[in-house]
Amino acid sequence: MLGFSLRSLWNRRFVAGLTVLAIGLSVALILGVERLRDGARDSFANSASGIDLIVAPRGNSVQILMATVFGVGGTGTGMTWDSFEWLEDRPEVAWAVPIQMGDNHRGYPVIGTDASYFEHFRHSGGQPLALAAGTFFTGEGADAAVVGAEIAVRFGYAPGTVIVNAHGSGEVSFDVHDEAPFIISGVLARTGTAVDRMVFVTLEGFDTIHAQEETPLADPLDPAAMPSDDHDAHDDHEAGDEHEDHDAHDDHEAGDAHEDHDAHDDHEAGDAHEDHDAHDDHEAGDAHEDHDAYDDHEAGDAHDDHDAHGDHKGTEAGHDHEPDRINAVYVGLIDRTSVLGLQRAVNERPSDALSAVLPAVALAELWGITGTAERAMRLMAWAVALAGMIGMVVMLSATLDTRRREFAILRSVGATPARIFGLIVIEAASLTAAGLILGLVLLTVATFVTDPILSARFGLRLGLNVFGASELAALFVIFCAGLLASLVPAVRVYRMTLADGLSVRL
Amino acid sequence: MHPLRIERLVYRWPGAERNTLEIGALSLASGESLFLFGPSGCGKSTLLSAIAGVVEVPKGAIRVADQDVGAVHGGARDRFRVDHIGMIFQVFNLIPWLSAIENVLLPCTYSRHRRVRAGDNPEGTARRLLSELGLADPSLASKPANELSVGQQQRVAAARALIGKPDLILADEPTSALDEAAKAAFVDLLARECAEAGTALLFVSHDRSLERHFDRGVDFLALNEGGA
Repeated sequence: MLGFSLRSLWNRRFVAGLTVLAIGLSVALILGVERLRDGARDSFANSASGIDLIVAPRGNSVQILMATVFGVGGTGTGMTWDSFEWLEDRPEVAWAVPIQMGDNHRGYPVIGTDASYFEHFRHSGGQPLALAAGTFFTGEGADAAVVGAEIAVRFGYAPGTVIVNAHGSGEVSFDVHDEAPFIISGVLARTGTAVDRMVFVTLEGFDTIHAQEETPLADPLDPAAMPSDDHDAHDDHEAGDEHEDHDAHDDHEAGDAHEDHDAHDDHEAGDAHEDHDAHDDHEAGDAHEDHDAYDDHEAGDAHDDHDAHGDHKGTEAGHDHEPDRINAVYVGLIDRTSVLGLQRAVNERPSDALSAVLPAVALAELWGITGTAERAMRLMAWAVALAGMIGMVVMLSATLDTRRREFAILRSVGATPARIFGLIVIEAASLTAAGLILGLVLLTVATFVTDPILSARFGLRLGLNVFGASELAALFVIFCAGLLASLVPAVRVYRMTLADGLSVRL
Repeated sequence: MHPLRIERLVYRWPGAERNTLEIGALSLASGESLFLFGPSGCGKSTLLSAIAGVVEVPKGAIRVADQDVGAVHGGARDRFRVDHIGMIFQVFNLIPWLSAIENVLLPCTYSRHRRVRAGDNPEGTARRLLSELGLADPSLASKPANELSVGQQQRVAAARALIGKPDLILADEPTSALDEAAKAAFVDLLARECAEAGTALLFVSHDRSLERHFDRGVDFLALNEGGA
């Protein structure tokens, strides 16, 4: 009987094929929407694991999450290093990882951070980052870079490769920092998260490429941002008014310079930024004092800074460079229950406008936003399935009149009306089943084709996963819908064969 | 055993004002061929439907192979029909997308009785029947039915009615679409095959020129005393 139904369908293979195609497309669409949704959620959830709080310049929590964890978009204007240190000093904070963003490497986001990132970052439910080759930043210079697995594969990078980054986040960039290349120190093992498509550079290296282009705007007294420029300035001084400088210095020492030095002593003990502020004040004031300030720098301002930080706390051993501004901080807590208290403290901090984002909450918020679109897409997919079913009913019904004779013949050779009813149901079941199979094939092919694109563009990995229970349920529902829909023509046939008997005349 | 025995059959189409059939007695012996003639629309096809159990008939009026057709209901009647009766219609006897040989074998797929009686190799039996009916060419046998000529199609239908040696063959004007020469040849072949198989043949037509091929002829109008 199945063979007979299949032969009958084969006889109408063109229309049957179209029907199967319609059902197949709807199946692919329904499952595709679900897989896209699940894939997106899994990717996001995996990427954000292990981080208790993300602190970034005040902004929308979803945007902050997208930018910092996923490398999509950006955060607001940078937060100060002060705030980072303040965070790090909080008693409830176990670790804090500074994040700098805004550059790209051939379209992939570049993250400026330090070695603690690799120590604390967790993905896919608590797994630490592992190296496929090379080393992390440790022991390397400022030009060290660690690349994600996907980037390494795509561009054939290995430790030792020299890469150049560009400003901004677009794939096509005219503003390439080719004067500040990085040398790849390590390649990360594949994680299946956004990390695969990120380039990590040191904070120092990240600042260097910007320092050079921003030379005219940057604070000439900032020793950290541009050590080389600083030296240039020095040369100028030495070639030019060096003597005068020294003279002036002597004068100061003899005269009212004590006050100035006192001030400097304070700065060394305190904070580098306050130090700069103080310098600005000096510049605004007296030229001699300004030179004096230079002397201080020559004497080893940078060293002072380091010393000062060394005094701060033992936890920040990894921070051997202090950028002026950073974009975000990943925070891990000693006790997760203190997360709300810290969040409040961050939000209420007056000096910097900051937001503290709980990744899980931001994710939930994101799903709230995308939920409407998801529902709309799902509705569309099921509407296409409905259209496919209607198409099948139309196809089966439209051929009934021309097949009346066929049914009469079957009855004359002993087929009962119930068997003819069954024939129609089996035809519908075959069409639906073929549609399901075609849909799965289409979905697999589509996944295969789009997976590299999705993962390159959005870090979204669909994978050729086996069916989940929900997918099987969807397939089952579609199959049952097909059977149900077939009852419409089947009942008609049943009535028709009873009424026609064997004597249909054409 | 009588392949067919009709006694005091009265049948009226639902909603009709007069009885369509009022037949006192009609019976066929095994291997006997009967030519039933009469004008179109006089109820011949209704009689065949009644015998085939397609319309509801009163109990005891029609017996096919000694079994009361009126006492069998629903799907059992369809199975009963295929077990004992082979049918040939005017035109369009075949499932167009099945091959000739598959069409011939259809009764064997729906009736175990017919399959058993078709022998150890039903397909071989079908081929033999086809070749006896003048369709010996194997390429014809495997052709889809709708690619055969009308004459060939009717012979395939005859082979299908004959396969598995049913007790009775009902033929409803099977020659009406054929030309004169083909008509005579077809009827001749059919009658001979039925006689060989011991199958009774009830052949209905308005064309009295065919009467000479049969054991006996009956005027339907005379038989159907009170009918329309």
